[in-house]
Amino acid sequence: MSSTYYFAIVGTNDSPLYETELGVQRDESKYLNQFIVHAALDLVDDAQFMSNACYLKTVDKYNDWNVSAYVTPSNVRLLLLHEVKADDAIKLFFTDCHELYLKTLLNPFYEPNSPIQSQAFDAKVNTLAKRHLL
Amino acid sequence: MEKQYKTIGEEAWKNNTEKINAELFIFTYGSLVVQLVKDYEDYTAVNKQLDKMGYNIGVRLVDDMMARTSLERCSGFSATAEVIAKIGFKLFLNVVPTVTNWSADAKEFSLILDDNPLNDFCELPPKAVTDGLWYSNVLCGVIRGALEMMQMQTEVVYVRDVLRGDDVSEIRVKLVRMLDEEVPASDD
Repeated sequence: MSSTYYFAIVGTNDSPLYETELGVQRDESKYLNQFIVHAALDLVDDAQFMSNACYLKTVDKYNDWNVSAYVTPSNVRLLLLHEVKADDAIKLFFTDCHELYLKTLLNPFYEPNSPIQSQAFDAKVNTLAKRHLL
Repeated sequence: MEKQYKTIGEEAWKNNTEKINAELFIFTYGSLVVQLVKDYEDYTAVNKQLDKMGYNIGVRLVDDMMARTSLERCSGFSATAEVIAKIGFKLFLNVVPTVTNWSADAKEFSLILDDNPLNDFCELPPKAVTDGLWYSNVLCGVIRGALEMMQMQTEVVYVRDVLRGDDVSEIRVKLVRMLDEEVPASDD
């Protein structure tokens, strides 16, 4: 049971703002991650109107991968590709990442919907992943 | 005298000041700096503009401060430094920087700011750091403008900034000369 995760933040125009691979890496399907997430976006759009909550749990499955989604009030999608099911931990992870994203938004130099390149952000996401997921 | 300045500052902050939401102020300042960066595209020019803006603010702000605190003349430049730190900064930003690093001839000193409220939430892009943007340069202008109204010509620059990776923010104030009252040109 390997604990690999692929985390992506997708902006309102469907382009990725941030992506990272967490945990142990396997070489085979790295490029596949982007495709899976992109394909899942349609299902996220459908699911977000079914529920009032931000956390949408698992919206899609692809072979072994589950796609879980969290939609912020400004329609920014946080998506996680994972193999193991861990709803509560993932929910906490998403909530903390949402707060991190909010802090990034508050930076006057950050343009909304532009890629997030700050290394501090990257480091913090990795810390959160270690705390909740790995 | 020092204790007095501290209490004067705190009293004035508590009683004589109207307060606004800090986040509104911080975000307004942030979008101001970002807009300047977009307009000028040269970080040195942005620094200069921030200093000019600060100067205009400072020449007016000092009268406001004197009106609220009814201070008397400072006994010397070191007293001036204390007033700036304990009363000026306290009144308008609610932070009290420390005055240190006096030069040998007592004409230069440093203000060390542990936390600058203008910096909250802000992270400089790497290019801004390498090209030398001083985010809160407006504060330097304010000090320069205020002191010029008090008949002192000064040079005020930022030397260290937490946004650039240093541990504290430091502003260096140098007294160039005391200005004598100039008689306005007569009409003859």
